[in-house]
Amino acid sequence: MPDERYTVHVCHGTGCVSGGAEEVYARLGTIAGSGIRLKRTGCHGFCQQGPVVVIEPDGIFYCRVRVSDVGDIVASLSTEGRPVERLLYRDPAAGRTITKYGEIPFYRRQERILLRNCGRIDPEDIDDYLATGGYQALSRALEMSPEEIIAEIRHSGLRGLGGAGFPAGRKWEACRRAPGTEKFVICNGDEGDPGAFQDRSVMEGDPHAVLEGMAIAGYAVGAARGYIYVRAEYPLAVKRLQLATEQARQRGFLGRHILDRDFSFDIEVFQGAGAFVCGESTALVSSMEGNRGFPKPLPRPRTTESGLWGKPTLLNNVKTFAYVPKIILHGAGWFASRGTDKSKGTAVFSLTGKVANCGLIEVPMGTTLRQIIFEIGGGIPDGKRFKAVQTGGPSGGCLPADLLDLPVDFDSLTAAGSMMGSGGMVVVDEDTCMVDLARYFLDFSQRESCGQCLPCRLGTRQMFAILDDITRGRGRPEDLARLEELGRLVARSSLCGLGQTAPNPVLTTLRYFREEYEAHIKGRRCPAGVCGL
Amino acid sequence: MSGELSLVREILAGYGKNRGALIPVLQEVQAALGYVPEGAMVEIARHLGIPASHVYSVASFYAQFRLQPLGRRRIAVCRGTACHVRGAPEILKELEGLTGIREGETSEDLEYTLETVACIGCCALAPCVRVNDEVYGEMTREKVRALFPDSEEAHRDAG
Repeated sequence: MPDERYTVHVCHGTGCVSGGAEEVYARLGTIAGSGIRLKRTGCHGFCQQGPVVVIEPDGIFYCRVRVSDVGDIVASLSTEGRPVERLLYRDPAAGRTITKYGEIPFYRRQERILLRNCGRIDPEDIDDYLATGGYQALSRALEMSPEEIIAEIRHSGLRGLGGAGFPAGRKWEACRRAPGTEKFVICNGDEGDPGAFQDRSVMEGDPHAVLEGMAIAGYAVGAARGYIYVRAEYPLAVKRLQLATEQARQRGFLGRHILDRDFSFDIEVFQGAGAFVCGESTALVSSMEGNRGFPKPLPRPRTTESGLWGKPTLLNNVKTFAYVPKIILHGAGWFASRGTDKSKGTAVFSLTGKVANCGLIEVPMGTTLRQIIFEIGGGIPDGKRFKAVQTGGPSGGCLPADLLDLPVDFDSLTAAGSMMGSGGMVVVDEDTCMVDLARYFLDFSQRESCGQCLPCRLGTRQMFAILDDITRGRGRPEDLARLEELGRLVARSSLCGLGQTAPNPVLTTLRYFREEYEAHIKGRRCPAGVCGL
Repeated sequence: MSGELSLVREILAGYGKNRGALIPVLQEVQAALGYVPEGAMVEIARHLGIPASHVYSVASFYAQFRLQPLGRRRIAVCRGTACHVRGAPEILKELEGLTGIREGETSEDLEYTLETVACIGCCALAPCVRVNDEVYGEMTREKVRALFPDSEEAHRDAG
């Protein structure tokens, strides 16, 4: 590679591919001369600016690149001339162009640990992963005892990043201690929250990190088989994970006698079939057993004791597993030095909606909403006013402007009535009606309710019907009290997390934006002008 | 139908009598036939050793499985949160007008199927539409019309 002066990274995330990244890459392949290495990468996170092309080692960031721009990019490289001005990122706030990746405000404020490789390595080439230190953590882990690994994970303070934030080390320990010779490791990649795509980006952009984390987990808990459960709506993630498992098997990182040791572990990709409820662990397991995705009724043993086919099963989210190799390599202290007292490390969010810079971001836990939305996100476009930020998808809530200084971590968000959830963060401005938004989420929850338990099946439907009436100008004064009563009932008596959290969007909007509901009911008007009363 | 059945049998030959294979089998059958016909469900049940009612119960539970043939152009409007606040309902309305069918329907000539999906995961490019396997981002009513120039023409002629 020393004779290659430049590496041109072309983002091949789903967003950039939809913008024509494959055509840009193909054209580069035709006309780029010697001295230029081409690389397909995973998601850079700044999907809104796609297709994204980054030139290393200079770190030049080109956005919205079209096939017709490729000639100028190659000419600029081969003559070592100035970058192509029109393709540079233009900072809307400062009104000037920025040449380098690291200087763009969207990236400058981030701390990318989990997303480090996303956008930098070719996810379809295991050698690229190995060149960044890939699978060294697995090799080190196999020299440790399982107990030592679990202690390391416990000391790091890593919490499950699927939404609930259960301490990962405790879960691993429970699974290790569960009696039984056959155990399973499952990676939950059923990212179903509308408005969240960080798990997709990690699976597409850094698939080996997930596999490596799962293999380490398999060794730690004593499992020989692993499954990655991926949503059917993520075909590119499925393809890249399958390719990655084949490559890892060929190189001896998966399969029998991994790295010539007495440890065998293999991973299969299982495609979900489109049911939001399958993000719930017991529903996911039912689905893998060939059943409807029904959560198991209570009382039930923990999945760590009786999961897939009744065997002890360790089930963690994509991001949780992807963190593991980094913690093993850099140590628990390194991880725990980031974040807040009770939420360690970083948080990854899909920042979308009415915000100038949309995309995937990673910040230390404890960063405030204001820093995320206004510094990284660049604020609200078109001179509009910030109204609310929705975190946690249909399970989360809407937080108003006076909570913008809230630090983002598991416990602060929960205390405010929302939740970290899977990491969706949707910003809305004065043009969004909060009643309509609550109606939207309840519509989602009542469609996705599996129908097994009554409070969720009928409760979410009733709440939706009341909200629908309010947005159509048929609201009655007693509706708000009834929504609150129903919301508490559904939250308290539903069988699984879907129903228990489904009222959150309604309860938080009632708490923080009650005057909008009242305007619909008493004044028969929608202040945002959405409901057309 | 017999051609379809022999395809189903070929697919089943790759699987043992294991009920855990049900969802992968249904996915493979749908990928081959475009939908899961009743006869296929009966055949799957026989092979996996489970009641046909169970196969139907699973096939009808998951959003991915179609029990009717689909149109040649399968249009999926993303109704994720980011798409919703950026105008997905308008996009759906435009597509209903263009194709002459409602959400969840397939046109009689089997040209279009129009559906909504929970989230494609392209939230930064909201609103998005997927046509077969291609994702189109930052959609507007104009861009939707440009995707289906022929349908608009057909409608104008018909109207």
